[in-house]
Amino acid sequence: MLYREAGQFKTSYTADQQLFPIRQDRIGVLVLLAIAFLGVPLFASDYWFSAILIPFLIFSLAALGLNILTGYAGQLSLGSAAFMAVGAYAAYNFQLRIEGIPILVSFACGGLCAALVGVLFGLPSLRIKGFYLAVATLAAQFFIVWCLTKFPWLSNNSSSGVISTQQLIILGHELKTPLEKYLLVLAIVVVLALAAKNLVRSATGRAWMAVRDMDVAASVIGIKLLPTKLLAFAISSFYCGVAGALYAFCYLGSVEPDGFSLDMSFKILFMIIIGGVGSIMGSFLGAAFILLLPIFLDVALPFLAGLFGLPFSSATVSHIQILLFGALIMFFLIVEPHGLARLWQIGKEKLRLWPFPH
Amino acid sequence: MNFFFEVLIGGLLSGVMYALVALGFVMIYKASGVFNFAQGAMVYLAALAVVGCMEMGAPLWLAVILAFAIMTLFGIATEKFVLRKLVNQPPIALFMATIGLAFFIEGLAPLLFGSQPRALDLGIVDEPIAWVLDNWNMVISKFDLVAAAVASLLVATLALFFQYTRVGRALRAVADDHQAALSIGIPLQHIWAIVWGVAGFVALVAGMMWGARNGVQFALTFTALKALPVLILGGFTSVPGAIVGGLIIGASEKLAEIYIPPVLQDLFGGSFGGIEGWFPYVLALLFLLVRPEGLFGEKHIDRV
Repeated sequence: MLYREAGQFKTSYTADQQLFPIRQDRIGVLVLLAIAFLGVPLFASDYWFSAILIPFLIFSLAALGLNILTGYAGQLSLGSAAFMAVGAYAAYNFQLRIEGIPILVSFACGGLCAALVGVLFGLPSLRIKGFYLAVATLAAQFFIVWCLTKFPWLSNNSSSGVISTQQLIILGHELKTPLEKYLLVLAIVVVLALAAKNLVRSATGRAWMAVRDMDVAASVIGIKLLPTKLLAFAISSFYCGVAGALYAFCYLGSVEPDGFSLDMSFKILFMIIIGGVGSIMGSFLGAAFILLLPIFLDVALPFLAGLFGLPFSSATVSHIQILLFGALIMFFLIVEPHGLARLWQIGKEKLRLWPFPH
Repeated sequence: MNFFFEVLIGGLLSGVMYALVALGFVMIYKASGVFNFAQGAMVYLAALAVVGCMEMGAPLWLAVILAFAIMTLFGIATEKFVLRKLVNQPPIALFMATIGLAFFIEGLAPLLFGSQPRALDLGIVDEPIAWVLDNWNMVISKFDLVAAAVASLLVATLALFFQYTRVGRALRAVADDHQAALSIGIPLQHIWAIVWGVAGFVALVAGMMWGARNGVQFALTFTALKALPVLILGGFTSVPGAIVGGLIIGASEKLAEIYIPPVLQDLFGGSFGGIEGWFPYVLALLFLLVRPEGLFGEKHIDRV
């Protein structure tokens, strides 16, 4: 960056181990939070809140969850959407069946249910790894969506499992406008993101990274594989579950099991590949990229087609979108396997020396 | 009992169709250690290419040859522009790259050949064989039998190709150990190009069989999802494993579809169709807990 850490001496361990050790970083984060909480509400319209900002935050949270599992603990999962579904349906059922339960508590309970299911499907991870595990998590994806469709109790006997979420009431105040929902989602995401940032530099986080880099070696140096891997599954699924609950309650308002499809799992996986595997910030960058690209293409492609006088249907646009997604994934894996987060880091290092790099 | 056998045989025959797709996975995994998630998309591309060429007026045989050429070119391009650049990356990165490749193909194929569902007529009718129906009162499709014959022919050809040709021997050497193969002068990159060509051929055969059965449409890409549990069960590295796994999965999912929902219905009420969608996966998952490397897979030894 344009600033250095020069002159900031740490005189205690607490000071040395802060989340953001450099003062300018701390100020930067605070400014960012201030913009998100105070600045954005002043300028953004309802469309922005409900179509871009809220899904962005929710998918960032889901990507963060997958990043904990895949990026830090090294266990590839293709079932993140299913865990989101568990969170959404569990939160709905807690609201429905327990009289007067606060909405935030049922979100947390939804996350815990997802964590439980995650642990269940994470159990095979001790025996199998790599592709075998990735395929095994597909079992979670198909099985959970099927269960939600077929067991009427889970969706309160609605046809084909569609649920309409209850009102969002916090401390007697009902959240109705997109702005209020945005603030709620933002607050939850900020808290969970800070928790994740803390978690991955703790002993647990280091154990995950050791397992990721080589699990046999990790177990040789005394890391217990089963609890470490299962904890990664649990926490990752908790994040996905909360994201799913927010997706249902704050974004769509009414969801069906088939909405949490394999495609959505892939989308979340793409977010962390493009954003940066093993990076908290990368989850946010990736989510922004994957969500904004289709919007950008929807606008840009017809414009380009008009420029060259080609006939363009909406089907063509969606095919080009899929094609570009695929191409971008391959491009990022080849050129920058650590994604946008790494690009940001390189930029920062370059700027440290700028304008005199030698 | 008759009904049971009918379901069982129907399942086994559809298992052959799964094995057909799974073979493509095994080919590439054996030779280059890449788990090619895009195989399903390649099946789609191949079927679309055949139909697309026929729409432009080519007869079936010419369309098949053209489609084979397209698949080979595509395979070589994939090897050259994607996989070669990812050498020495962890296998998981390669796997994710093939997911990207799958999306790429799923976008590209309809752009080239159009996305509307079409029928592919190979001249084989999908109707029950009258003789079996009369004598044993079982419904067994002629088409399924042809598919089984094609699959066995394909496996036999591949086995002979692997066992008795110069290229086949080189392929086996590469599968055993990349570095040793390189050191005795086997050109690794040519071999990989050939493997992708062969995988394209397998995808073409699978695409034509599946396309003739269900119509050429986007759903063909889901054949890959059917083939994954087959692979897990049979082991990623074994051609016979793909066949046996396919048969087991095909038979068990059809039987499960018939016999499990009534049990669930008694317990919970409601309807419980569509078990086919997840049953193979759960079966494969349970199987993995007992034998992590699959039925015929090689035992994996980790060294620190």
